Amino acid sequence: MEEKPQIGYSKKVMDHFLNPRNVGEVEDADGIGIVGNPVCGDLMQVSIRVEDEIITEIKFKTFGCGSAIATASMVTELAEGKSLDEALEITRQDVADELEGLPPIKMHCSNLAADALHKAIEDYRQKQAQKAET
Amino acid sequence: MVYLDHASSRPVDPRVLAFAGRYLREDFGNPSTLYSRGLTARTALEEARVKVARLIGAETPSCIVFTATATEANNLALVGGALRNRKMGTHVVTSAIDHISVINPMKQLQKQGFELSIVPVDSYGIIDLDALGRIVRADTVLASINYANDEIGTIEPIHEISEIVHENGNYLHVNATAAAGTIPIDVQAEGIDLLTLSSNELYGPRGAAALYIKKGVRLQPVLPGGGQERGLRSGTENIFAVAAFGEAAHLAAEEMHHESRRLTTVRDALIGEILAIEDAYLTGHPTQRLPNHASFRFGRIEGESILLNLDTVHDIQVATGSACTSQTLEPSHVLLAIGLKHEEAHGSVVMTLGRSNTDADIPVVVDAMEKTVQRLRAITAL
Repeated sequence: MEEKPQIGYSKKVMDHFLNPRNVGEVEDADGIGIVGNPVCGDLMQVSIRVEDEIITEIKFKTFGCGSAIATASMVTELAEGKSLDEALEITRQDVADELEGLPPIKMHCSNLAADALHKAIEDYRQKQAQKAET
Repeated sequence: MVYLDHASSRPVDPRVLAFAGRYLREDFGNPSTLYSRGLTARTALEEARVKVARLIGAETPSCIVFTATATEANNLALVGGALRNRKMGTHVVTSAIDHISVINPMKQLQKQGFELSIVPVDSYGIIDLDALGRIVRADTVLASINYANDEIGTIEPIHEISEIVHENGNYLHVNATAAAGTIPIDVQAEGIDLLTLSSNELYGPRGAAALYIKKGVRLQPVLPGGGQERGLRSGTENIFAVAAFGEAAHLAAEEMHHESRRLTTVRDALIGEILAIEDAYLTGHPTQRLPNHASFRFGRIEGESILLNLDTVHDIQVATGSACTSQTLEPSHVLLAIGLKHEEAHGSVVMTLGRSNTDADIPVVVDAMEKTVQRLRAITAL
């Protein structure tokens, strides 16, 4: 028999929406990633502190819907304490799976969250490369 | 719980249910049959027709055709009206803020060779009457303008609109779904040829709506079949829903004067307090607006998250014009038409009051809104 379709957000999404982890901005952040566009209704910022290639602190800010907040919160939870390489492997699907599923129309929010994390790491690496050159 | 989404759905008034329940039980007859149970159903149908006609000042009850939904009534008026009268012209007109159930039938007419023009509105959502005068032509077979808008509450100057449409073009259809039962409507005095209204907005059940058709205006059916409703809308009549609709219309007519004043007072108090929140703005006209309609936008935060927070944390239900709740991921066309930027439109919240709302709800709603805004602004990237 076919499974009953999921109606609305999962409990995990609601939990991350109501109790988001790591809200804010890392002071003197080592890397910042901003993705999305307020015109589209989604803007996410992820900031990280990196020590010995490990993400020791990570925070997010989101302008967007329930999914946008939940996915950003989840991506920070997944990335905290990981090495940069491990964090780069975190995918959009990982975020959605950890949240126990997102409505198909909301999958783009999980895309943004993973992208914001990766951009923050790229930003860090670029800054490191610039430092090395000088 | 504070329910503030009456525009989207209303509970059936217990008096209406008490009146019409018998048509689901013992009086289940088909009004087309000739034995007594059928005659009982036929009587109920015609009595409902009288009550709905009275609510809007129709010249005779036979001007009222029952349909299942307002969308269906709009289709009958627009597609049925334009096709039947295409000898008058193949130009159709609507406003930039009309409901999607008016816009999409109009687009379908475009595919069938009709030319469609859209009349702009000002930042309050009021129709640009000068533009209307320029746009409506001798070959404009019909113009459709909402009586009042469901998203921003603005009430249109229907009398002036009617004069312009009739001076320059042919028929005026008015989608009065948001307005009927809440504010007085007089189709004859206001010069309206076709008007849509719906049962649920009057605290009747879903499954019944009506199209008023001025005497002399010809339409062709969108749903041909057994010929019910003077051949304009075939299908065995939903006696329960129609009888309930009639009773709801009767009660709305009786109570409208008192209820609209009561709602206006609650609405204005609510608007005053919500606007005290930082970066909160009213959408729609401040005074020429539906008595039960309080719509806002909140800067730097998004509507779906506001809606979700209000519902799960505070048990308050509202609506939003944000893109994140639409299937197309586009924000409300109404908000864009009144000049809001996309990011402003995303912060929209629409509160529509009803019989269940009182002054006592105001502090609860304001407190919930303040807390919601504060929490989401602490999270926002803007």
